[in-house]
Amino acid sequence: MTAVVDNKTSGLIVIWITIVAGMVLVVVPMPQFVPVEIGFLRPDWVVMVLVYWIIALPHRVGIPTAWLVGIAMDILLGSLIGQHALTYVLIAYVTVSLYQRLRMFSVWQQATILFALLGLNQLIGFSIESIAGLTDWSLWYLLPALSGAFLWPWIFLMLRFMRRTIGVT
Amino acid sequence: MFGLGVLSVVLIFVDHSTNWLDSARSALTIALTPVVVTADLPNRSARSIQDMFSSKEELLKYITDLENELIFLRVKIEKMAALTTENNRLRRLLGSAAKLQDNVLVAELIGVNPNPEEQEVVIDKGSEDSVFVGQPVLDSRGLVGQVVTVSPFNSRVLLISDERHSIPVQVLRSNLRLIAQGTGIGQQLELQHVNSTADIVVGDQLLSSGLGNRFPVGYPVGIVEKVDYKPGKPFAEVIAKPNAQLDRSRHVLLVFTESRVAEESNTTSEKGDDRSG
Repeated sequence: MTAVVDNKTSGLIVIWITIVAGMVLVVVPMPQFVPVEIGFLRPDWVVMVLVYWIIALPHRVGIPTAWLVGIAMDILLGSLIGQHALTYVLIAYVTVSLYQRLRMFSVWQQATILFALLGLNQLIGFSIESIAGLTDWSLWYLLPALSGAFLWPWIFLMLRFMRRTIGVT
Repeated sequence: MFGLGVLSVVLIFVDHSTNWLDSARSALTIALTPVVVTADLPNRSARSIQDMFSSKEELLKYITDLENELIFLRVKIEKMAALTTENNRLRRLLGSAAKLQDNVLVAELIGVNPNPEEQEVVIDKGSEDSVFVGQPVLDSRGLVGQVVTVSPFNSRVLLISDERHSIPVQVLRSNLRLIAQGTGIGQQLELQHVNSTADIVVGDQLLSSGLGNRFPVGYPVGIVEKVDYKPGKPFAEVIAKPNAQLDRSRHVLLVFTESRVAEESNTTSEKGDDRSG
């Protein structure tokens, strides 16, 4: 199974497809019948995908990837250029320095770390926006971190299953 | 890590205080268009599946309804044409410039800002269709918002209900001039600095006043829903509901106002280009 795909480019393609899928999930519009408030629960899928790949393959996905993805997210969401890039770089830095410990954790322990990371993501993003005078802070902004933490085990298991069957190294 | 972090901070600062990064932003937006288009696929396919399963009778009924509406609107337009001529004749008598008909361009919604606090949408027309920053956007019922960023093939529209958006309005009945600010929550506008004695009641129609030179005069903005004056407070609290179906309309109209058209035809004539604006 491992011999099926072991060249570098196809692995990279799989990694980037999952990242782009995360981006699509971040911007996909809610159906009309869903109340607007549900939108506050939408997690940052891209951060979760990035964290997974950093834990799994730190030699392939690291801080530079996180920066590039962050810039792409800034364009996609129309935020200040550099805002998501900065938060993603910080998250990637934390994950890169903890990845060996994170691998030992159970998925739910990882989920608590994810809650902290996603909360950091929201906090920095919104403090940048409020310094720039674009928005007001409210506790609602921590909801995506909570929903993201609850979704983490499934994302983790799904991505790991995918990585093992396709054999991305 | 520190290099990229510092670079990000510098980029944030530059993007916030200058417009140097705008061209880079629009170039990168083109690269990311596939993501936006893919994200719109569920909605699009849901609608086409709906079309596939609608029966012939339903479609026929739909067409008849549309034809009836078309006749109704044609009659209205005939009346409008007579009124416009009369209005322009009267304006000439008063010595003021005649009003031109605004040109419009139909655009389709292809994305919505996922953050519920920010009321922004993405439309499928951009600078290639001569969309410009600050351009007013309408739907069939009223004002929707204005264009805030433009890239070649799509642009971002800030809705009038966003917290960061204000629009100068006028009450149709009493000609009272006010500012309507978005509230960010749902489909609501809040009228700023309304005196307790101001002539405004529930049900009043608000039109764009054209002050501020951003929006054209006389488009419906909203209907007053609540007037609440508490003694001891300096101003009354007035809430209006936008006429436009901000969360429902799929197609919007981009307005090319007279001054802008005039400006464009000037520049094109300077260039010696015979393409009319």
